Amino acid sequence: MWRDALLVAGKDLRVEARSRVATNQVAPYALVILLLFGFAFDSNRPLLVQAGPGLFWVAVLLCSLLAVQRSFAIEAADGARDGLRLSGLDPAGIFLGKAAAVAAVLAGLEVLLGVGIVILYGTGLHDPLLLIATAVLATAGLGAAGTVYGIMAAGLKVRETLLPLLILPVVAPVLLAATQAWRAALGLSADNGWRWLTLLGCFAAIYLTLGVLGFGTLLEEA
Amino acid sequence: MTTNAAPAAPSRHPGTGNLTTRVLGVVALVALALTAWLGLVVSPPDVVQGQLVRLIYVHPAVATVAYLGFGVCALSSLAWLWPRTRSRRWDALAGASAEVGVMFCALTLATGSIWGRASWGVWWTWDARLTLTALLFAVFIGYLGLRRTGGSPEGRARRSAVAAIVCFLVVPVDREATNWWQTLHQGNTITRSNPTIHGWQLATISLSFVAFCLLFAWVLIHRYRVELLEDRYEHEGFALALSQRRAEGTGAAASPSPEAAAPAPEAPVR
Repeated sequence: MWRDALLVAGKDLRVEARSRVATNQVAPYALVILLLFGFAFDSNRPLLVQAGPGLFWVAVLLCSLLAVQRSFAIEAADGARDGLRLSGLDPAGIFLGKAAAVAAVLAGLEVLLGVGIVILYGTGLHDPLLLIATAVLATAGLGAAGTVYGIMAAGLKVRETLLPLLILPVVAPVLLAATQAWRAALGLSADNGWRWLTLLGCFAAIYLTLGVLGFGTLLEEA
Repeated sequence: MTTNAAPAAPSRHPGTGNLTTRVLGVVALVALALTAWLGLVVSPPDVVQGQLVRLIYVHPAVATVAYLGFGVCALSSLAWLWPRTRSRRWDALAGASAEVGVMFCALTLATGSIWGRASWGVWWTWDARLTLTALLFAVFIGYLGLRRTGGSPEGRARRSAVAAIVCFLVVPVDREATNWWQTLHQGNTITRSNPTIHGWQLATISLSFVAFCLLFAWVLIHRYRVELLEDRYEHEGFALALSQRRAEGTGAAASPSPEAAAPAPEAPVR
């Protein structure tokens, strides 16, 4: 399973690296979102600092939609998904590989967005360890949940409009917990940010388990 | 004798009701009427909430029925996924119960919002229970959206079954929200060791649960049968229409009607 996961993750990341969609389209899109938030808040820096963690994670969620759509779009042409089904790879391995690839793309975008909120909003970093732990768990959860719903919508004519409706309500706990943890890590609240990691960990564990168990069933019909 | 005889058509008005559903509907209606009478006339105003307490005879019951709908949906989906019990009927039941659950969830949000406006002064507050209920509503709207996509019935059922189980995970979290977090929403009233409600209020709220459960069962049965009729229409409708067109064509060729034989009238020139 793990070998298959590495194989699929490597394949997806190689496709991304060669097509440069993530760097040439998704990354600029993420920065545009940060700029638009700045316009929406009338460049009010104290307000942007206060709202920074929430805006960061909303931007990550919006980018995750693109990353998930992209992850399944690369197999839409030339019967690539049929090839994946017939490859003999363990479905759980395929799921873990695709989720890891989505998470890797999101991690790169989070670094970019993190630099963006420091430069554009003037946010200061206080507890880097909590920031990184939160980002790792949240990204794992987003990758897993995104891949579960991505395969459900893959192959449907209405996948572009259906996917946000399926994913965004489900990942609301990630938005809530990651924002609260980051607020504590950035010194914006006196709350103990570490306690939110439990929720993020549970979310990631639930969706990873569901994906490992159910991906094969969903892949048959995609 | 005709060679292209149409297959036996289904009964003209198959309907979704029978004696059982009619009795169930009447019992549900009587229970609802009795709840309304007890809630609005017999039950006294509350010491703390005054007349507002009458919403308690609707809001908790519709919320519970919404959970029930989502629970039936998840169980039916599990039954579909289990190879030994796999049947289109489980998929139909899952879809029907999710729809009814969403309807009751919308009623829960609406009645809760009215109650919130009267008691808290706002239509909405970012309380854990309220937010999770809104999330539950959105998640099952997404599930219904997924059910409406095309593709083979088997593929749709498979996708929907997995999605239903994933969506149902929100229900226990929503149910326990008032115990797990500090919420503005009040906690359990009846299902606790020392219920905080007594007398006519307890009797009325208990009856309201029964009445709305009966209503749920009645609506669910009809919606489930509509789902099966839609299936039947999909399977038989095309074949029936085809054979009717063939019959028309054969009939016209054998004995053309006077209208068909007569030259078509010229269109008036204006």
